[in-house]
Amino acid sequence: MAEHVTIRVNGAPVTVPAGTTVAAAALLAGVHAFRRSVTGEPRAPLCGMGICFECCLTINGRAHVRSCQTVCAESMEVTTD
Amino acid sequence: MTDRAIDVLVVGAGPAGLAAACRAAECGASAAVVDENARPGGQIWRASAGRLPAAAQPWVVTAGKQGVEWIPAAQVFAAPEPGRLALENAEGELSLTYRSLILATGARERFLPFPGWTLPNVMGAGGMQALVKSGLPVEGKKVIVAGTGPLLLAVAQYLRSREADVRLIAEQARRSALARFSARLPWHPEKVAQTAQFAWSLFGVRFLTGCWPMAAAGEGRLERVTLRRGRRTWTEPCDYLACGFGLLPNTELAELLGCQIGARGVEVDEFQRSSRENIYAAGEITGIGGVELAVVEGEIAGFAAGGRQDRARRLFHERASHGRFAAALERAFALRQELKTLAQPETLICRCEDVPLDRIRSCSGWRDAKLHTRCGMGPCQGRVCGGALEFLRGWKMESVRPPVVPVRVASLVGTEPSA
Repeated sequence: MAEHVTIRVNGAPVTVPAGTTVAAAALLAGVHAFRRSVTGEPRAPLCGMGICFECCLTINGRAHVRSCQTVCAESMEVTTD
Repeated sequence: MTDRAIDVLVVGAGPAGLAAACRAAECGASAAVVDENARPGGQIWRASAGRLPAAAQPWVVTAGKQGVEWIPAAQVFAAPEPGRLALENAEGELSLTYRSLILATGARERFLPFPGWTLPNVMGAGGMQALVKSGLPVEGKKVIVAGTGPLLLAVAQYLRSREADVRLIAEQARRSALARFSARLPWHPEKVAQTAQFAWSLFGVRFLTGCWPMAAAGEGRLERVTLRRGRRTWTEPCDYLACGFGLLPNTELAELLGCQIGARGVEVDEFQRSSRENIYAAGEITGIGGVELAVVEGEIAGFAAGGRQDRARRLFHERASHGRFAAALERAFALRQELKTLAQPETLICRCEDVPLDRIRSCSGWRDAKLHTRCGMGPCQGRVCGGALEFLRGWKMESVRPPVVPVRVASLVGTEPSA
């Protein structure tokens, strides 16, 4: 397994150690608003363990994926709301 | 759709689940463990920077040697018929059939709403630890750890080991309650060692009892936290607030399967059998009790499911000892009534549907709140607001229906019983 992987968060490349979750990589990339709530508030990871759905992002075109439960893979495309 | 039959299927690869699978396999049963995470360990044994904690390693090694099948990154979402579970992973839907099922779905944190708790960088205590373990750097970051329970110390210690600037640990319990609890420690040598380790590694960090966060504030993300202790309130700048008010058992799947749920979690008999035939439960879902209790419950369930009741019985004494510790823990860290006043009328209770407290104030219970406000009806299905409203209003979630987690439509279609 490669030691590092590079993903793109809103188009910007981020390189992280292999095994890093997309949630951690997005925070590292400076993302604060992972999603917008139904009234437009910025939201970001809360539970870190797949319960709260606050960290949902669009990953490789699939919407509403829990980024804390998804491990970064090479060339992954991640976008926020 | 793939269909496979397993003697003993375990849901959850934390301490209880790993121990259960190892013991069942040791009895000669075919065993498999499914977990929603990519790696085994669950929450408390979550790998940090790719390494499992030392306590977890022997179990993972044993599981491998015993031929336990490992089904990672898959989430159980339905139980279409007795003896079968429907799961979803990144590729699609998966169906598993079993003769015995051991539920070891663990616990989650209880969150209590206060003004600003929805701001980015306000996280659970365990939640923050999980994010750091999965790659979030916190070197030099100012962190306030708050809430209640021994988890706060473990989290603070871990964050400090990752070079975070832990400013303060705010424990809501009274000093007197903690003192009574500490007096029990000498009967549990492993806990004494752990406490001494905490004291050493947290040297110099402020630990305040009877203290809790009143509000979090910042522009677009957390910048400062207002704390209260007695009559004093003050504001501290910080980058992260790691805040959890104890743990709640993840009983949704057990409820879906029709297992009897009691005040502390899934009800089990001496062999960890639930009220449903061939379904066992072990670890935190039977009541919050910590890692040692989870392991021994898992072992008992594994032996019993593997047909070795005699070997299970030999562990009853150990389970009883850890159980007494758990009961003392529960008393010491009971939530204070003052915490019920933290949420203000405009404070959001349901984060999925953005329902503030004043909209549910006149509701008589869950059904009423769901029908009139959509509280608890978003993607988390009340897993966050449920624990809050249980404390604030005494409401208990009434029913669990499939899918127990949001899934793709294609997966749902696949669960229809085959003609």
